[in-house]
Amino acid sequence: MATKGKDAQSPLPDPQAQSESTAALLRELVAHLRQNRTQLREEWARRITRAQLLTAMTEEEIFAEATSVYDNYVEALETGTFEALQAYARNLSERIIPRGVETHEVVGIVLLLRDVLARSLFAKYHEDFTKLNRILDAYEPAANRIANTVAVGFVQERERIIRQQQEAIRELSTPVLQVRERLLILPIIGVIDPQRARQLTEQLLRAIRTNRAKVVVIDITGVAAMDSNVANHLVQTVEASRLLGATVIVTGLSPEIAQTLVTIGVDLSEMATVGDLQGGIEEAERLLGYKVLPLEEVAPKV
Amino acid sequence: MEVPILKQGHYLIASIQSALTDADLSQLREALIERVGRFRARGVIVDVTALDVMDSFAVRTLRDIAHMARLRGAETVIVGIQPEVAFAMVQLGLTLKGVSTALDLEEGLLFLDHQAQLRIERGTGRIDRG
Repeated sequence: MATKGKDAQSPLPDPQAQSESTAALLRELVAHLRQNRTQLREEWARRITRAQLLTAMTEEEIFAEATSVYDNYVEALETGTFEALQAYARNLSERIIPRGVETHEVVGIVLLLRDVLARSLFAKYHEDFTKLNRILDAYEPAANRIANTVAVGFVQERERIIRQQQEAIRELSTPVLQVRERLLILPIIGVIDPQRARQLTEQLLRAIRTNRAKVVVIDITGVAAMDSNVANHLVQTVEASRLLGATVIVTGLSPEIAQTLVTIGVDLSEMATVGDLQGGIEEAERLLGYKVLPLEEVAPKV
Repeated sequence: MEVPILKQGHYLIASIQSALTDADLSQLREALIERVGRFRARGVIVDVTALDVMDSFAVRTLRDIAHMARLRGAETVIVGIQPEVAFAMVQLGLTLKGVSTALDLEEGLLFLDHQAQLRIERGTGRIDRG
């Protein structure tokens, strides 16, 4: 009973003392890594090349990056703060993502560094197994956290770039063009999701206002598939345009889309549809009172 | 706030200047329908440029105005719906079916002139005697 009580009181060594000893071990570790900086760094760079990681970069570049990653790594181990490393990882990702470096390569090199350093620790403490164990206890969590930080930083940067590009593509993919006084065309290409449908409608409504458009031709030749959601978005766009006093003509419904719409029973009776873009523009011109004639019919013959 | 109703030739123009309560809207409806008869108006323009919100009651009242005015022999056109308002209305399913709309006051007047022209051509409209 007495033993049990004693166990409950101090199942582990005093946490304060333990963290102190961890700190002391980490200090020792950092000193070791600083001392062997040149040799370990070279070993690491060699192993990166051998594993055929970072093939997009030259050997000198790999060595230069390896040096700064190494120093940041050791610094993170020493201070236990990851902000500097995080910033460095973001900065590094920003530089290497445009060169086509993949996620597995970044994770790979950080794991390689972890292994290289662990090996050097084995070599240094192989005579004192208890000490080695304690050193690894201190080293492993920190090293794993570093690997995690760098990998997450890389992926986040990648996602940020992808988001940015998506935004750019969206902006680019919805031009509203004026073909004649008071006649706009809106060619839609690609997939329409609710967000894009909303953006399309807003852009179109603004354009109707600024160009004082009376007729709008929406061409959906480039829309591959349509479901009831997309069709409803289209109906809403047409309705909203009408509220601003503009007539909408939809052109370029493919046979497949026409069949789908009829099969799923979407009501497009409110919508003016014309087979192709040319027909749509001709219809729009008729509504606006234009008539296109060959030159010789207009100009008196010489 | 009472909405001023101007007479311009054969047309009545109601220009809404600020957000209206339901009572104001009903009052506008009654005033317009009464004046269509009094001034023998052929057209009614309701300008909603100043509105940045349109609820279901407002939309219904506008629709009622259009239908009632038609029964009294005048064509109605709603002008100046803001892009954001149009978008919100469509999202809420308030689409003013059967009511004419135009971009702004100028377009609305052109639209009514055009309608009058058509009526005379079809021979169903009243002939303008000055």
